[in-house]
Amino acid sequence: MSGRVLVGVKRVIDYAVKIRVKPDHSGVVTDGVKHSMNPFCEIAVEEAVKLKEKKLIKEVVAVSCGPQQVQETIRTALAMGADRGIHVEVSGKDYDNMGPLQVSKIMAALAKKEEAQLVILGKQAIDDDCNQTGQMTAALLDWPQGTFASEVTLEGDKVKVVREIDGGLETIKINTPAVVTADLRLNTPRYATLPNIMKAKKKKIANVKPADLGVDMASRVEVLRVDEPPQRQAGMKVETVEDLVGKLKEAGRI
Amino acid sequence: MFPASRYSIQAHRCIRALKTVPADHAAPQLYTVVHRRTCSSVTTPRITTHYTIHPRDKDPRWEGVEMERFADEADVVIVGGGPAGLSAAIRLKQLANEQEKELRVCLVEKASQIGAHTLSGACLEPSALIELFPDWKERGAPLHTPVTEDVFSILTEKYRIPVPMLPGLPMNNHGNYIVRLGNFVRWLGEQAEELGVELYPGYAAAEVLFHEDGSVKGIATNDVGIAKDGSPKDVFERGMELHAKVTMFGEGCHGHLAKQLYKQFNLRENCEPQTYAIGLKEVWTIDEKKWRPGRVEHSVGWPLNRNTYGGSFLYHLNEGEPLVALGFVVGLDYTNPYLSPFREFQRWKHHPFVAPTLEGGNRIAYGARALNEGGIQSIPKLTFPGGMLIGCSPGFMNVPKIKGTHTAMKSGMLAAESAFAKITDENLNSETTGLHVPEYAENLKKSWIWKELHAVRNIRPSFHNYFGLYGGMVYTGIFYWVLRGKEPWTLKHCGLDSAQLKPAKDCTPIEYPKPDGKISFDLLSSVALSGTNHEGDQPAHLTLKDDSVPVARNLAIYDGPEQRFCPAGVYEYVPLETGEGMRLQINAQNCVHCKTCDIKDPSQNINWVVPEGSGGPAYNGM
Repeated sequence: MSGRVLVGVKRVIDYAVKIRVKPDHSGVVTDGVKHSMNPFCEIAVEEAVKLKEKKLIKEVVAVSCGPQQVQETIRTALAMGADRGIHVEVSGKDYDNMGPLQVSKIMAALAKKEEAQLVILGKQAIDDDCNQTGQMTAALLDWPQGTFASEVTLEGDKVKVVREIDGGLETIKINTPAVVTADLRLNTPRYATLPNIMKAKKKKIANVKPADLGVDMASRVEVLRVDEPPQRQAGMKVETVEDLVGKLKEAGRI
Repeated sequence: MFPASRYSIQAHRCIRALKTVPADHAAPQLYTVVHRRTCSSVTTPRITTHYTIHPRDKDPRWEGVEMERFADEADVVIVGGGPAGLSAAIRLKQLANEQEKELRVCLVEKASQIGAHTLSGACLEPSALIELFPDWKERGAPLHTPVTEDVFSILTEKYRIPVPMLPGLPMNNHGNYIVRLGNFVRWLGEQAEELGVELYPGYAAAEVLFHEDGSVKGIATNDVGIAKDGSPKDVFERGMELHAKVTMFGEGCHGHLAKQLYKQFNLRENCEPQTYAIGLKEVWTIDEKKWRPGRVEHSVGWPLNRNTYGGSFLYHLNEGEPLVALGFVVGLDYTNPYLSPFREFQRWKHHPFVAPTLEGGNRIAYGARALNEGGIQSIPKLTFPGGMLIGCSPGFMNVPKIKGTHTAMKSGMLAAESAFAKITDENLNSETTGLHVPEYAENLKKSWIWKELHAVRNIRPSFHNYFGLYGGMVYTGIFYWVLRGKEPWTLKHCGLDSAQLKPAKDCTPIEYPKPDGKISFDLLSSVALSGTNHEGDQPAHLTLKDDSVPVARNLAIYDGPEQRFCPAGVYEYVPLETGEGMRLQINAQNCVHCKTCDIKDPSQNINWVVPEGSGGPAYNGM
């Protein structure tokens, strides 16, 4: 096995920032807004680096798709311990319309090109909450997938994944190469400390275009309009159960 | 929420009465710390866990933890990525490139990105920018809004008295630009990076390092991975040391490292204590019909009384969408502990001259920061072996002009020029390992900064008279407008801001109107809009020298003014879970790094230290 792990990292608006819808309702304001690495991607990077530290894999490659600014996100991954980065250049309309389908095609192409043993992704991004990229990547590659991983153990040429599912925890064993998506309790990501950020400046980030990978970025989805959620209306207090039933009938709820 | 401040006046008195019941001594209002411990039925819960108060070398939980730090060498290290720090960095690199010399300049900034902790009105006087980048327009500096209209008013509760904006008055804005300073600082950051400055946002300078001869060696960045109770987590890592020949401290108003340096090098022995104000700001998108790009409005008077310094600003920006930046400044030498700068700001917006502009609009940002008001009287010694102070940290703000950015930038540039000359001097025989650059202070005194600050030196102190605001305006009219500040005397300030509060029993509580949710808002939704956040599991960075003082003194004598002057709701007095009495709850995650608590705490018990880097507000173009 190549011993190479591919990790996808996404640059998203920081979770603590108050989102504002653009005046033309075409999307949200991103200009100048604080961005950071998607928290689940941080967990994915941490898991990959931990595997490398245990000497179970040899190289961690961080991948991000987007405009020039995503290089900061790749640098953070490099500072956490990734060995090199790949920046897939996507900008303008292509970037606005980029979704899990396009990203998974890119990840699949890169996984084949880099002969990756494992692809680790965050389970979902906090901006679109799609929870699709990992699953689509596995399907395109026809690889097994271990999603919502709260524990990952490499056992020879197989991977044991403990998954967090609605009913509890499910343990599965899948063959490598495989796709794993990280859930919250997989690990606690380390900080990207300053000496590591300085060292990361010397690590390589390769630039690739989607066309070089044979990926068509055309979107199958068109965003018509973005609105803020409706303001929550004040509730009403009632005195008796009869009142409650009466009010519910009035509102056409029963 | 604020259970304590929501109580009515009667409830406040009840609570205080309950506390005096177990005491039987002559002066029930004067709680000393000792008295509290001996007669109270509850002990003070531990609040502060930070290692600056509880050192780690004596803490058994830290035994065996690796405390070695990685160190790196630069020529100049700059603390703070604001206008002063960035201008200094840019100037250093400009000189190095001109003279074809190698110079490693590293800048550390606690915000996650350059500009994220920057907050200002602001009307920028482009004088320093033109000196730094004569081609600033071609480089795309975001100065899009030249001032077209300048309006000054004295407000009463319902009416407005217009004041003519005569040329020569300090706040006349002809030739200036309304800017979103955060965007301007971000642009300066881009220029700095292009010139080869190493910018490290997200890393806070937490400690000053010293050589054996006592000169400054550099700084160390913050440690990460310390739990809320002060113990090390699995992800604990020491900060990094950055050593330099010269370290420039540009932390902005009331920097925490500067506070240490004042003590260490006795820099304040020949100047007055610094006086401050708190500035709160919001950005609104307004109805296009009300939008008048380039319009600058300032007011004084209502809702403040004539003895409380302060006023408002409202600037119409011209950057595409109809945006206004508005805010309120309150001098921190106010005497009434019931005053809440945030609520004064909110109620000012309802004035008939202001509210129509905001009706139908939408608030999109909020923030607050302390600013300097001391002027020339409060400038400390600027240099010490190994380092120098630049920008609002020593404090070069021109208070009546309400501008400090141009002087901050110029001070950074002068520091850079003086430091560069010293560092590249091959025949230099320095007495100390860290270079001392007294030429910076000498050059600053010969520059236009000094002339400007000298001319306006008496305006702010002239407010300390019986007629307060009106006395000050008369003084300004005569001595500044007519005589240009040439009078031979220099008025003094009143002393420390923290010593100005009167006890709560001598003051009347202020009845503030409830926020209406359309023009005025409550504190917590405002704080959410600042985007502030901190890693939750870290020691509170608002450290108390003595955990028992807040309840024993601040609450007992001054009714807990910190729950009112903090613009982010960090301080709350909440009832104890068992027994009677209150305790101070510090919601450190809300902090917007304004520094007001460190300034105004009447007991000077609060010491603001820097939290983990990249925590704090996420201002965008404030």
